[in-house]
Amino acid sequence: MDIIVCVKQVPDTTDVKIDPKTGTLIREGVPSIVNPDDKHAIEEALRLKEKFGGKVTVLSMGPPQAGDALREASAMGADDMVLLCDRAFAGADTWATSHTLGEAAKKIGYDLIICGREAIDGDTAQIGPQMAEHLELPQITYVRKVESADGGKIVCERALEDGYERVEANLPALLTVISDVNKPRYPSVRGIVEAYQEKEITTWTAADINADSACIGLDGSPTSVKKSFAPEPKGEGEILEGSTSEVCKQLVTKLMDKNVVR
Amino acid sequence: MKFSLNKEQEMIRKTAREFAENEIGPIAAHIDETAEFPVDTVKKLGELGFMGMTVPKEYGGAGMDDVSYAIAVEEVSRVCASHGVTMSVNNSLVCWPLLKYGTEEQKQKYLIPLANGEKLGCFGLTEPSAGTDAGSQNTVAIKEGDKYIINGSKVFITNASQAQVAIIFAMTDKSKGTRGISTFIVDTDTPGFSTGTIEDKMGIRGSVQAELVFEDMEIPEENLLGKEGRGFGIAMATLDGGRIGIACQALGIAQAAYEESVKYAKEREQFGKPIAKFQAIQWFIADMATEIDAARLLVYKAAFDKWQKKPYTVSAAMAKFFASDIAMKATRNAIQVHGGYGYTKEYPVERFYRDAKITEIYEGTTEVQKMVIAGNLLK
Repeated sequence: MDIIVCVKQVPDTTDVKIDPKTGTLIREGVPSIVNPDDKHAIEEALRLKEKFGGKVTVLSMGPPQAGDALREASAMGADDMVLLCDRAFAGADTWATSHTLGEAAKKIGYDLIICGREAIDGDTAQIGPQMAEHLELPQITYVRKVESADGGKIVCERALEDGYERVEANLPALLTVISDVNKPRYPSVRGIVEAYQEKEITTWTAADINADSACIGLDGSPTSVKKSFAPEPKGEGEILEGSTSEVCKQLVTKLMDKNVVR
Repeated sequence: MKFSLNKEQEMIRKTAREFAENEIGPIAAHIDETAEFPVDTVKKLGELGFMGMTVPKEYGGAGMDDVSYAIAVEEVSRVCASHGVTMSVNNSLVCWPLLKYGTEEQKQKYLIPLANGEKLGCFGLTEPSAGTDAGSQNTVAIKEGDKYIINGSKVFITNASQAQVAIIFAMTDKSKGTRGISTFIVDTDTPGFSTGTIEDKMGIRGSVQAELVFEDMEIPEENLLGKEGRGFGIAMATLDGGRIGIACQALGIAQAAYEESVKYAKEREQFGKPIAKFQAIQWFIADMATEIDAARLLVYKAAFDKWQKKPYTVSAAMAKFFASDIAMKATRNAIQVHGGYGYTKEYPVERFYRDAKITEIYEGTTEVQKMVIAGNLLK
């Protein structure tokens, strides 16, 4: 089973600070990491490969330094690395990005595509589903468990807010996975050596994937950002003081005032 | 001159740190308390390639450079010094001499499983009356036909009771003094091999140090490592590399003490403000950070020398001497920053303090490091 995993390099938002004046992320000095959900996608692909054979290709679109995210995936055990790197891709929204990734996926070839649910920098969760639409593939999103993947079909459990769905799809298909699906392995020391010293990243430009210039980058992006801002900070919390019964009384009164309880 | 790590080294740091924080961190205080050997996490370190990092791939290792190895021991020790020494011993004191002095057959049979984490090794040099005076070996190996009969005992041997393979030293010709010492590779299931008392220690309690006892233990001659009579040289050369590992362990402990101190100094309030606002605390932090940076440069320099195949006896001795010294100072002052709380087991700094002390003692005391440094400089 040949699997493509889409990987995004993102700023480590656990470390991120917002510039209070401009309302934008302060990216300086913030380490770049493999998007956390994507690590689960890589792990699931590696497990399927271990079971069914085949090859895992990690695919990313980004500047040259995004190659580090691919190398980390390779150190975990991915076979091939493909980076889509071209100024023509810059400024892409999720529509253009998913189109671009889809074109590259066609060139690589696959039985299955796995994406993380969403990236921690954009939080859109749109790339996976949009890629499936571009490629006309069945999609199973929010996968929390891959039950089976043989006989040309894949069966997954799809997490919902109040339960789960068990969904079967024909292969080729596209999955987006959530963090419950598995525990990603650590890169091995040998894997790190191989990723940096022995393996090459295949870099493709827009021309390499025969991308239609009207569908990629800023020009191919139907959405545009009007304004970005930090949400208003919430008001100060209030600490109730007094004995337990006094505090409870105050709390109930306040909750009734706000119509939380009647 | 470059001070930056390369990409592989950065990824080793990240991976070792994540593994240490996520997998070892939750058990570090527990294994210190109970002195349980952490079989599972040591096994996992081996599976990831951290137990034979610099051994070439064809012999089961990862083929990594020595600076990466240094970084990995530092990161693991930053979370748990017990895992740090377990790992350092297998890499530096067991895999390295097998790679350097072993025959092809020995490498195939012993190095591969030790480097790929299948087996754990120990290094038996120290004896009850041969500590700093390592040449005064009382363990005796007598050649009989195509085998050696070995009798004697070793003490304070790290990994002893957990190891499947031991590199040991014994006198094959007492009349020749240190030139009569030879090195042997021993399967620990060999009849006549046993481990004795497990030491109950002040620190590094999650690592195991025990006696090795050899009673009419028969070792085939193909298990002689290097030539007969060359054992002392093998031991000294091996310890040069081992010292880099211990220096990294000390560095990791010091770094942990520093980080805990910074965190606590910002949280703890006295006289209506965080204690970080007081100059007394600031000076502790400044001293720690400066000394840790200096130690790190010395430690990485020693590892770099080894990687680049330059002489590293002196740089390794300097690194160990300095890093262990500042680890003691940083952990002592970390407790001072924490005050009474630092003296309790509620905070990890008392463990760091107890763990740090051994780095001034094993694989050559601080005084031995100074002898090595001065001895080389005044030749």
